[in-house]
Amino acid sequence: MAARAHRPTSNFKDMKKFVLTIAVLLGAASALSAKLNVVATLPDYGALAQEVGGELVKVTVLAKGTEDPHFVDARPGFIRVLNQADLLVEGGAELEVGWLPPLLQSARNAKLLADAPGHLALARSVRLLDVPSGPIDRSQGDVHPAGNPHFNLDPANGASLAAAIAGALAKLDPANQSVYERNLQSFKQRLEAKLAEWRKAMEPFRGTKVLTYHKSFDYFLERFGLVLVGTLEPKPGIEPSPTYINGLIPRAKEAGVKLVLIEPNRPRKTPTYVAEAVGAKLVILPVLVGGAEKAGDYLSLFDYDVARITEALKSAQ
Amino acid sequence: MEEQVCLDGRRSFPFLKSLSFQAAAGANTNTVDLAARERERTMKSKLILGWTSAFCLSCMSARLVQAQESSDVEQIRKQLKEATDAFQKASEEYRRTIDALHKRLEQMQPKTAAPPASAPAPALAVAPTNPPPAEAAAPWSPTQPIRLVGGQQNYLNISFDALFAAGSSTADDVEALQLGGHDPKQRGFTVQNLELTLDGKVDPYFRGQANVVLQIDPDGETAVEAEEAYFETVALPWNLQVKGGQYFSEFGRLNPTHPHTWDFVDLPLVNGRFLGEDGLRNPGARVSWLVPTPFYSELLLGVQNSQGETAHSFRSDHDGDLFFGRPALDMQVKNMGDLLYVPRYTFSFNPGAEHTVLAGISGAFGPNASGPDQATQIYGADLFYKWKARRQSKGFPFVTWQTEGMYRRYEAGAFPGDINNPALPAEVLRDWGIYSQVSYGFRPGWVASFRGDYVTGEQGALRPDPERDTRWRLSPALTYFPTEFSKIRLQYNYDNREDGGQDHSVWLQFEFLLGAHAAHKF
Repeated sequence: MAARAHRPTSNFKDMKKFVLTIAVLLGAASALSAKLNVVATLPDYGALAQEVGGELVKVTVLAKGTEDPHFVDARPGFIRVLNQADLLVEGGAELEVGWLPPLLQSARNAKLLADAPGHLALARSVRLLDVPSGPIDRSQGDVHPAGNPHFNLDPANGASLAAAIAGALAKLDPANQSVYERNLQSFKQRLEAKLAEWRKAMEPFRGTKVLTYHKSFDYFLERFGLVLVGTLEPKPGIEPSPTYINGLIPRAKEAGVKLVLIEPNRPRKTPTYVAEAVGAKLVILPVLVGGAEKAGDYLSLFDYDVARITEALKSAQ
Repeated sequence: MEEQVCLDGRRSFPFLKSLSFQAAAGANTNTVDLAARERERTMKSKLILGWTSAFCLSCMSARLVQAQESSDVEQIRKQLKEATDAFQKASEEYRRTIDALHKRLEQMQPKTAAPPASAPAPALAVAPTNPPPAEAAAPWSPTQPIRLVGGQQNYLNISFDALFAAGSSTADDVEALQLGGHDPKQRGFTVQNLELTLDGKVDPYFRGQANVVLQIDPDGETAVEAEEAYFETVALPWNLQVKGGQYFSEFGRLNPTHPHTWDFVDLPLVNGRFLGEDGLRNPGARVSWLVPTPFYSELLLGVQNSQGETAHSFRSDHDGDLFFGRPALDMQVKNMGDLLYVPRYTFSFNPGAEHTVLAGISGAFGPNASGPDQATQIYGADLFYKWKARRQSKGFPFVTWQTEGMYRRYEAGAFPGDINNPALPAEVLRDWGIYSQVSYGFRPGWVASFRGDYVTGEQGALRPDPERDTRWRLSPALTYFPTEFSKIRLQYNYDNREDGGQDHSVWLQFEFLLGAHAAHKF
């Protein structure tokens, strides 16, 4: 009797121990699997964060690679995503100015305030092109006072952008600093090798004259020595008008333009017309990771873009 | 300027001052352009620091190799690699510092050249370029804030939005036909809304916003409205946010927004009838909680005063006019029950990458002015759906569908009547209404829209009552946005009123916006 009376208590104790152990284990597991929550405004920044953060981060990207990054909707779902973020990676050169501020305002996440370590503005780690030197106003169209914000399209910027992200991650998670550094080095090595490859592929076409739709490609052109003759937009963000296009065509012809580059999301009609009139090749070139099916990560975006341009120019020769 | 710089670039500690760097400091204080020199010196010395450390590191690694030559080769290799890595890391860091300093120097140069006053400007090679125009030194952003005080300072964003309309209507009583306070209410031209918006960060804890609206009424009188002026907390714990001041009640989708953000020239009928011509807004405070659900959902509770002309269905005095045939009692807030309570729950989900749904339910509960113990309850449900093409350019093409339905229960007090007006019993007046609108952005800058309106009320003792009788309206519109900062809109209204017959109106609207363009909320 005594033994039987004793058993339930012992069982109960075992049970308690068991439950406690499970709870501790679960707690430990969740602590271990607690990845850093990284939110990137553009897929390129997200891809770089993934390269550097590897298994230690969970990356969420706001803009889609096929979208016009100036005009992303401030979807309410993003508020909750930002609310839970440990690190926000944004361009910081006003590309996201039309949709990020209200999201951040509603996200009520102190980690992402402008001066917090959880808010990384990448424009500070690279040199921006087209910084206006004179007075600017809105009659000039959508001119960004900080400079051209499409700096993600210079593959050589990849190393410093990744380094900036690695630095931010290490600051938030010092215990894993060595992992971030290792990932960064590995990414840099792969990038170096690829850069040499791309440079070699593009070398024969140095000096090729091009037209672009918007000033999205300037960094890419500069990296590979292509020459921008003009844009289909008369002013940044202003839709092309027939008068302007009719003036642009002879100018482009005279300059010997060989390529018309447009982003995948642009209307095709005007660019097709201009390319035909000028006798140039129209190439639809993704400007963001995910902008084409085969441009799924940072390195393959440039693989894809370089391949499209070299193919087009080779076939034109 | 007392600050000294050590040879190795680090700022000296005070106790070191007297030891060895007196000479350098002395020389320093003699020069006039101290600031510029000091900067250059810091930079140079940082450079020196960088390279000396790098050199030391490489020496160290070399020494390590020598010392252990005889021992395990593997280990040496390992150490060599570590040292090389460390060296690379260090040199990279210095490079970054150097670049950053270069950048800073570049930024500072025009400024250091600017105040030449007493500087004889000797050695330092800041070429006195043409003094750049003020805008060049601190260009204000065309897409974002106007900086009142140049450079990186940003204390206050200002914008001015002007909304005009011109058009005509077959109605004799255009003022009664159009229910919105900012709607065009006369044939010819109307200045709908001149809105000055100020906003900015107050301090680390709050942001503030004020909207001051000017309006010119049909009599040519200019009226000023302090439409909104509120603070909002920046980062409270537990996902909370508090807002306080004078603000639009967060009831439904349209009420808290300003006329220039609407898809049509005028206010939907149900909003005009239930929430008033200027929208439901009053002094008060609200707390909101971002619910920790996997999707976005937010719970809000606002408490505001229930009297005043912007509390239409509550204790507004209606400018001394009768409301539902009854005069308004003059009352003040005596206890918590005399306040207006506005709860709201809203949530959003994405049924696919191109689709977004945002829905909500709202309530507005408070006393009304028809009797001492009479109250009003308004319930609302709203739904917003947006499709945006995967390959959008400038935000086009897209389709939006927005619908709001409201139900109002108004406890009307008994009115004994007077010489001009009939007596009315105590009764409950039940009304409901809905609007539904679709917009299609079919090519960059171009949006075609269609809206249907319907409002009705259960028969009360007073009849006819134009404030409650059935009416409906159909409104197609076409809008062209040359940029985000201007728009031109053409709208046609077909009106059908139970006690007013049919009317046709055509309105042309024009908007321009100067200054900061507040980013679009969804």
